[in-house]
Amino acid sequence: MKLVIGIVRPEKANDVLEALYRAEVRGVSLSRVQGHGGELDRVETYRGTTVQVGLSDKVRFEIAVSDDFVDATIDALCEGARTGEVGDGKIFVVPLERAVRIRTGESDRAAVTPVGK
Amino acid sequence: MPLQILAAAVARVDTGDTAWMLVATALVLMMTPALGLFYAGLVRSKNTLNTFMMSIGAIAIALVTWAAVGYSLAFDGTGELIGGLNYAFLHDVTFAPRAGATIPHLVFFAFQTTFCIITVALVSGAVVERMRFGSFLAFAALWSVVVYPVLAHWGFGGGWLMGHGTLDFAGGIAVEMASGFSALAAALVVRHRKDYGRQALLPHNAVYVLLGAGLLWFGWFGFNGGSGFNTGQNSVLAFTNTLLTPACTLAVWFVLDLIRGRKVTAIGAATAIVVGCVAITPAGGFISPGWAMALGALGALPSYAIIVLRPRTRVDETLDVLAAHGMAGFTGILFIGFFAQRAWNGISDGLVYGNARQLLWQALAAVAAPAYAFTATFLLLKLLGLAMPLRTTELEEAIGMDVTQHGEEAYASGEGAILVTPEAGTDGPRPVAQPEPA
Repeated sequence: MKLVIGIVRPEKANDVLEALYRAEVRGVSLSRVQGHGGELDRVETYRGTTVQVGLSDKVRFEIAVSDDFVDATIDALCEGARTGEVGDGKIFVVPLERAVRIRTGESDRAAVTPVGK
Repeated sequence: MPLQILAAAVARVDTGDTAWMLVATALVLMMTPALGLFYAGLVRSKNTLNTFMMSIGAIAIALVTWAAVGYSLAFDGTGELIGGLNYAFLHDVTFAPRAGATIPHLVFFAFQTTFCIITVALVSGAVVERMRFGSFLAFAALWSVVVYPVLAHWGFGGGWLMGHGTLDFAGGIAVEMASGFSALAAALVVRHRKDYGRQALLPHNAVYVLLGAGLLWFGWFGFNGGSGFNTGQNSVLAFTNTLLTPACTLAVWFVLDLIRGRKVTAIGAATAIVVGCVAITPAGGFISPGWAMALGALGALPSYAIIVLRPRTRVDETLDVLAAHGMAGFTGILFIGFFAQRAWNGISDGLVYGNARQLLWQALAAVAAPAYAFTATFLLLKLLGLAMPLRTTELEEAIGMDVTQHGEEAYASGEGAILVTPEAGTDGPRPVAQPEPA
């Protein structure tokens, strides 16, 4: 079991969801985050105040999957999120110690397997 | 312009008329930022400022071109197709009233200026979220000379339609049909947003849309109520009809929403207010209050149909200027041909009251004005597209127009923002929101 974390451009979030759906990866959490990943700062001016904004809006996907699905998930994230420009984001895969489906109490692999499959 | 037809040529300024026209001018100017707010609420949050700025930009550009040549082309003389250049750069636009008018020429000019401005701003609704700001300003400059003054001249500046008796009280031709059919042409040339039809592109703030619509309606009392250029009967009729028609459109829109989706929608309501105001714009001073209410109800139908059907096409006429302005203006112009009543307007009857000729000239206007607006705008943008790119890059479109076109965000948080001022440059960056040391 792994937790796949993908940090992507907000405008690519829909494409990622679509790619995940096609890869039959169900069960996704996402949140809006801000971050910095080496892309150029943008300069904004408000009246006399000029600022350099180093943080960009990103969307963070968190997807808990069984080991068989790790590659498919990574491929879907890459496919959906890539534009080729700096700032496309990162994917982190971390081991997952335990998972529990609250409704049924199922744990681990059963808990991350979509219902009805 | 019923007054010019009717009134004896008394070149005396009436203080009451002038006072009202000064207020009406300010009311109409307010409609442009109100439209900006209305449009800004309808786009995604990353394009809020750019969308609003297109309306603000229209004020800057259209005022200058209008004062330079536009006003003269629209209102100098009775040439069939276009006016002369005697008023160019406000030559001879002074305190003396125009022939037959009771307000200073300067006030008349100022009032007409606000019309040109909002019409340019209206067209922006077709190209938001993708057109380069600079290209839009260039387009605004050209459009406000090539398209608006011509149609204003035809409709109420002494041109062929007006000369043959076409009735257009407050701009069904030059404002509403012109903006609506130009918007369609602009959407076809600039083409659709890159995600159009692939992703849901939703309004980001329905409260802006409702408030914008409310302010537009408020301003519209000046727009229609001022288009008699006095405080006479036609003006009073137009003012009251501006209350009646949109309210009836609103009621019918509720019913249409209920039938279609079983719920009455807020953005639908805001749209209905605009549609109603547009429908009564040409007809305001010419039809009875009862027929104005009927127009409100009837006018909802074709505009609603276009709003439902347009998103199923590949035409990304983004904010439905064609439906809300082009179609509703078309309805209003034709409605005059049927239901104008000399008993109310003192000028002419429509078909229902025995004057088929009126309908003929209304119908001609309803064909000629859209044809000119569409064709001229289409060619204008095609030519402009040869000189400069009309759209931003796909990446800029994805990031959002606010940051890429203006270097600002509508909802800036300041998180992660480092002050860069010339003075601060020497001692390195410091956190934002710290006052500069004195």
